Amino acid sequence: MTAHPADRATARIMVCPALLFVAVFALYPAMDSLVLSLHRLYVSLPGLESSFIGFDNYAELFRDPAARQTFIVTLGFVVLSTALELLLGTGIALVIHERFTGRGGVRAAVLIPWAIPAVVASQMWRFLANDQYGALNLMFFGDRTDAYVPWLADPWTAFGVLVAADVWKTSSFAGLLILAGLQSIPEETCDAARIDGAGAWQRFRHITLPLLKPALLAALLFRTIDAFRMFDLVFVMTQGGPGDATQVIQFYGYKTLFVEGRVGYGTAVSVTVFAATLLLSLAYLRAVGSTLLSRAST
Amino acid sequence: MNTSHTQRAGLFAGVLLAVLGSLLPCLWFLLTSLKSPLQIEAIPPVWWPDGNLEFYISVFTDHHMLTYMWNSLLVASATTVTALVVATPAAYALARFRLAGRAWILGGLLCVAMFPHMVIAGPVWRIMERLGGLNTHWGLVLPYIALTLPLAIWVLATFFRDLPAELEEAARMDGCTAWQALRHVMLPLAAPGMFTAAILTFIYAWNEFFFALLILTDPGRHTLPVGLALFQGEFTMPWGELAAASVVATAPLVIVVLVCQRGIISGLSAGAVKA
Repeated sequence: MTAHPADRATARIMVCPALLFVAVFALYPAMDSLVLSLHRLYVSLPGLESSFIGFDNYAELFRDPAARQTFIVTLGFVVLSTALELLLGTGIALVIHERFTGRGGVRAAVLIPWAIPAVVASQMWRFLANDQYGALNLMFFGDRTDAYVPWLADPWTAFGVLVAADVWKTSSFAGLLILAGLQSIPEETCDAARIDGAGAWQRFRHITLPLLKPALLAALLFRTIDAFRMFDLVFVMTQGGPGDATQVIQFYGYKTLFVEGRVGYGTAVSVTVFAATLLLSLAYLRAVGSTLLSRAST
Repeated sequence: MNTSHTQRAGLFAGVLLAVLGSLLPCLWFLLTSLKSPLQIEAIPPVWWPDGNLEFYISVFTDHHMLTYMWNSLLVASATTVTALVVATPAAYALARFRLAGRAWILGGLLCVAMFPHMVIAGPVWRIMERLGGLNTHWGLVLPYIALTLPLAIWVLATFFRDLPAELEEAARMDGCTAWQALRHVMLPLAAPGMFTAAILTFIYAWNEFFFALLILTDPGRHTLPVGLALFQGEFTMPWGELAAASVVATAPLVIVVLVCQRGIISGLSAGAVKA
């Protein structure tokens, strides 16, 4: 750590370009959205000046039945997919933490769903769930073609396929965060318990799990935030349908803002997502980040 | 003895489940891409393809695959190079200097990484409209840089912080400026960290869909994700071509993952738990 005044100036110059980029293309736009959401503004009516209407857009958002349906779908999606991802992620982490031959290959295999473009994963799951040519029907019903299910045409199964696709795509990311937590647990702790006669489950339940809490919390918050802003899967697989059964809030915002051109209202939708995720981020920084920030400031 | 046997069986089952679960859905698409047009439309579907390359040829001749790949390569490379050039000095300064508000900057960057894209998309679109960046690749690269900087800075800052200070101090003692120390002493040491940050940035830009959909309207400029999302045939959904195109779009990433698995795993957790 150097504290020379000339160095301090240099350090500021080194940080500046990065902060400038973030300020212009992330912070300013976020603030701009905040302001826009307080205005009445339509793309299709260019002659109409935007007028300040306070929180009317938000009031409309909470009255609108379509928005209410969107909230329910989003919340259901977030809770269900995040819970499954944590569960599977823990399983994945436990497996790829063990030592065995070919572990590198297994880790790479598990990473592949994460690395695949979301659009590709969406098209893939859309085809898996295809009513005539899909593998899901082949797997469940084989030759009995009359029993084939049009998965994406029924509200419940469409929602299920969406959750399955998201869980498939992102469980490995949760797994990696949890793996990092596992790696920070000293081996001696587990060995000591083993010598004392604790079984595998007891060791996991009473030693690993409590020590894993920060990593689990990190994975939980990262995944929750990400699930709130899920867009690609819905755009490709269902376009929010059938009806509005899979219309998550990001897609609803996209439709109102960019398709219908209701700029003020659509922006209010996206600001609501923003507020929810920002609160979660701050909670995360408080819980896990406190150690990391204190280390950064020493 | 008995417990170790059951444990090995359990581990084996876990490995099998994880690998099959991860790869089987992809395998189905891969098999589909190798089928003949007749096989694709078989009901019930058939598992094994004839080993037909027709769809791959069609994707390149009738579906602008080369254009999409070139556009994606251009956008992802430009994003990666610029983001790294900007992120490296910033990460170095944040990791090594007593900078006012350092904790705030690092925490703020983490928050920015979690911004929903929707909330920035509208205003970014209007900025680009004013700058003439709509439907251009640089108009996409600029927001990509801002969105990938947080993760790149975190990965690099964690890496810089863990490097030994002695070499750098010796260099400074000999009269190097901070820039020279970064350039000649730290950069060579930080190469693995920069490599990881580059891979993560590249994968992000290669895969990003939402901004690409909004900024690029002309099909000739589409990147792979947009091209694949809006993929259409003349009458029916061309699943065979779509599968082939997906395989082509994903193959580079699979290779990257196979080669750089270690770096990716350490890099992804940098911003989350390990810091």
